[in-house]
Amino acid sequence: MKPAAFDYFAPGTVDEALGLLADYGGDAKPLAGGQSLVPTMNFRLAQPAVLVDLNGIEELFFIREEEGGLRCGAMTRQRSVERSALVQRISPLLHEAMPHIAHSQIRNRGTIGGSLAHADPAAELPVLAVALDARMYVRSVTDARWVSARDFYMGLFATAMLPEEMLVEVAFPTLPSGSGWAFDEVARQHGNYAMCGAAAVVGLDGRRVVERARLVFLSVGEGPVEAEQAAALLVGEQPNAEAIRAAAETAATQDIDPVGDIHAGPAFRRHLARVIAERVLTRACERAAGTEGQ
Amino acid sequence: MSTRQFGQPIKRNEDPRLLAGRALFTDDVQLAGMLHVAFLRSDLAHARIRSIDLGGAKERPGVAAVYTADDLGEYWQPGPLLVPPPPVGQLEFHPRTQVPLAKDKVRHAGEAVAVVVAESRYLAEDELDDIFVDYEPLDAVVDLEDALESGTPLVHDDLGHNINARGTQTKGDWAQAEDAADLVIRRRFHYDRGTAAAIENRGIVASWDDKSQQLTIWDTTQAPIAIRNGLAGMLGLSEHQVRVIAPFIGGGFGPKIMMFYPEEVLLAWATLQLGRPLKWIEDREENFYATTQERGQVHDATMALKNDGTVLGIKDVFLHDAGAYAPYGLTLPISSQCTLLGPYVVPEYHSEFTSVFTNKPIVTPYRGAGRQHGVFVMERLLDIAAKELGIDPISIRRKNYIQPDQFPYSNEIIFQDFTQLTYDSGNYEPALDRALELIGYQDFIRENQPRREAVGERVGISVVSYIEGTGIGPYEGARVTVEASGKVSVATGVGTQGQGHYTSFAQVVADQIGVAASDVHVVTGDTDLFYWGAGTFASRGAVVAGNAMHAAATKVRDKILKMAGEKLEAAEEDLELIEGRVQVKGVPQTSISIGELAVEANPMRGAVRPGTEPGLEATEYYGPERGATASGVHAMILRVDPETFLLEIEKYVVVHDCGTVINPLILEGQIQGGVAQGIGNAFYEQLHFDENGALRNASLMDYLLPTAADVPNIVSDHMETPSPLNPLGVKGAGEAGAIPVGALFAQALDNAFRDIGLEVREIPLSPNRLFELVTEASARGNA
Repeated sequence: MKPAAFDYFAPGTVDEALGLLADYGGDAKPLAGGQSLVPTMNFRLAQPAVLVDLNGIEELFFIREEEGGLRCGAMTRQRSVERSALVQRISPLLHEAMPHIAHSQIRNRGTIGGSLAHADPAAELPVLAVALDARMYVRSVTDARWVSARDFYMGLFATAMLPEEMLVEVAFPTLPSGSGWAFDEVARQHGNYAMCGAAAVVGLDGRRVVERARLVFLSVGEGPVEAEQAAALLVGEQPNAEAIRAAAETAATQDIDPVGDIHAGPAFRRHLARVIAERVLTRACERAAGTEGQ
Repeated sequence: MSTRQFGQPIKRNEDPRLLAGRALFTDDVQLAGMLHVAFLRSDLAHARIRSIDLGGAKERPGVAAVYTADDLGEYWQPGPLLVPPPPVGQLEFHPRTQVPLAKDKVRHAGEAVAVVVAESRYLAEDELDDIFVDYEPLDAVVDLEDALESGTPLVHDDLGHNINARGTQTKGDWAQAEDAADLVIRRRFHYDRGTAAAIENRGIVASWDDKSQQLTIWDTTQAPIAIRNGLAGMLGLSEHQVRVIAPFIGGGFGPKIMMFYPEEVLLAWATLQLGRPLKWIEDREENFYATTQERGQVHDATMALKNDGTVLGIKDVFLHDAGAYAPYGLTLPISSQCTLLGPYVVPEYHSEFTSVFTNKPIVTPYRGAGRQHGVFVMERLLDIAAKELGIDPISIRRKNYIQPDQFPYSNEIIFQDFTQLTYDSGNYEPALDRALELIGYQDFIRENQPRREAVGERVGISVVSYIEGTGIGPYEGARVTVEASGKVSVATGVGTQGQGHYTSFAQVVADQIGVAASDVHVVTGDTDLFYWGAGTFASRGAVVAGNAMHAAATKVRDKILKMAGEKLEAAEEDLELIEGRVQVKGVPQTSISIGELAVEANPMRGAVRPGTEPGLEATEYYGPERGATASGVHAMILRVDPETFLLEIEKYVVVHDCGTVINPLILEGQIQGGVAQGIGNAFYEQLHFDENGALRNASLMDYLLPTAADVPNIVSDHMETPSPLNPLGVKGAGEAGAIPVGALFAQALDNAFRDIGLEVREIPLSPNRLFELVTEASARGNA
């Protein structure tokens, strides 16, 4: 379990890093927190010829409020996001979900951008990005563009980024008033990859009828999986237990088509999806209505 | 009077070194000019090797050597059969043992095909990528029942079948029991594979010194003496030219006593070829393939009972997964056969096993060593019988216990130590009562469970009994020496892997010599410091080595008293040993330190009486006539999340009887560690092989070990029914925690889902599997 030989660069600026990616293209891999990349290299499943270590690029480490939303530099440690009062205030869903990501030791090192760009279908952050309508700021030497999270994810470990591009920043918009949110997941052990998980964001109108709903799953497909039929079912409804149960059922049976692995077969995943959907939708609706804990 | 140290919860002598990182492990050994070794391992479970192309391998800079089976010449030999078949009446036995490097054919994924030696492990692994093995893939033998079908692929072609062994043992006449029964229940039970996952993987450093003509090997082995003897023989060296050191080891659990691992054979040979020290440290991925595993069995069991719950007899026919090679003979299936009988009177018993070769990693004993399966089958049969007879699970156990006046109790069949399975002593009912009290059984059944079930909770309780054959022969030895400093050293041949030997052995010796346990320096696992011994296995260290130490220490005590009596002009019976001094009882002024006596016992000049032995030293050996039988009861309250099928152990109780206790603190640690491993085995750990024999979860990301968050606080208590077989009255305790946990989980889950008639007949479980079983049971109930 020793990695194959590679060349190593430690640029000090984003421009330098992008220059290296432009030079080496597909042969290069940016190294963020290394919590996925390094084990993969040790197993020799990944053998990049060049590593571009982003850990010395100070301009990529930040959390700030901008245009009423949250902006995080790609190299911001997950633990910093978890502990940020700003994140808690502007993006409470993100705050609630962070402790579910692996173990604290991993979050100390792991970065928000690293996880978003890695696009692991079992990861929490891509699901949160889609649920929250986050936008990714992607740069190359020649180009810079914002990509919505929905367009960013293209399948198993695949994103809309080209080899010479790099994720430098992510923006999470503030939820409109009347919104409720929730995240939950079920893992066999705390800190392990979840067998299933979901984020829900629900918006109620002045009459307390659901006007917006989004339910996004992890670990049931090749990336973040949106339960669109379930969400559509909920819109226009009073957020009562019956409506939520029906939406959860639809999510589990219509919206997802999970495959099994050694920890959870397809039937159990569907079962968990229904259980979790009901839990997160209930909590999100309660929060939206201001009745949480009542 | 000085305080007795034997039996006290003394903190471990070795812990300050271990905690501060000042203990030598194999990977800490750094030698000048040392090269590093990596192994090319087969990705396929079953394939013919057409050819091996080394490519540019040997020419890579930094590469010292590449070897395949052909390079080994006459040195290439299958390993020894470690345990010959015991004298069991009906037996068919086809031994096949592992080879240093696969030749012609690979028989399990991870089997070594080539070995590379280079300046660093990185370079050695780069080198592996250069080698191309042309394999002809063969269908793999994975499933135990399929392995016995005709026309199935053969693991060992020359055998013509996949049977490693068949054996039948009987007690009484099963047919009689079946005829006389009011109720006969038949069930099939599955137990699947796990791995010991010691925190330290295996590792070897081998160093041949050409000038001194000495081979030194640091090895994470549980049996350094046997390794020395074997390697000396294979390499044509004198045993005095080979020194094997088993330094501190991060957990053994059985797999580290397998002999000989290909890596041991190859590093010892290659250092002689190259004249440079070599190091190989097993990585975690290799550990999943190259270190032995255990626990695949399928049982078809039948129990005959009277209506009042009296067991009349048991018939059990089972398959045992031996893996690709079977160096350990029949130890595991025999252990399963014997342990199944448990603490119960089973008048008629028929047990028949078939040990099956499969294309999976080698199977050898791992903590519990066949006992888990036996306990699982017996305890499940009792639970199912109790349900069918409408009696409670506690009563059926109580009814069938062997009574205290029935010991020694013979079960007539042959145990793994080749002697008749005879329990030396035991007293089971008080342990059961104590466990019921500690778990709060009555309160749970009458009040807690109904109240919680009324609000939709799922909670279950379980109580299981088991016995553990421990402390088997052949023998161990020890040398006890009083040094001039007045401190005492003890050397023994057994290796140590975290059991606390540096303390428990010290306690055994300290009381005899009259010193503090912290002044007794224990040396284990260095063949140059103690020549004879067998190794650490079968919960035998305290029993066998412990009694050898006791004997040696008693002899040294006699020497001290004799010498002091002469010096102090006092009768020996008037002397006492206190805090490193010998004094006339009650007269501290008339005394001499044992250090001074040690100096005088080693005169440098002058004449001594003929026959005088120098030093205050003695070497003694101890071999028990047969093993000592420990026993216990575990009880648990389990909460199941009915939506996610995640479990929470709300309470866990162990009441254990391993005879006289040397150190309750160490015993507690052994029990807790065992239970943790048992919990892993029951609900987290499972090796998933696909139909091609590939392991789908060869990493700790997917092979789930229980963490501190999954292991509850364990409430424990100890009964002391001394063993009459040894002077200390001790029995082994190393495996006790792990053995009954599967049976305990099954009973608790059945209890929590008794409304739908859940009947768990397999281990390990998982949330997914539990979901399936509950779904099936519900569907049956609704049908």
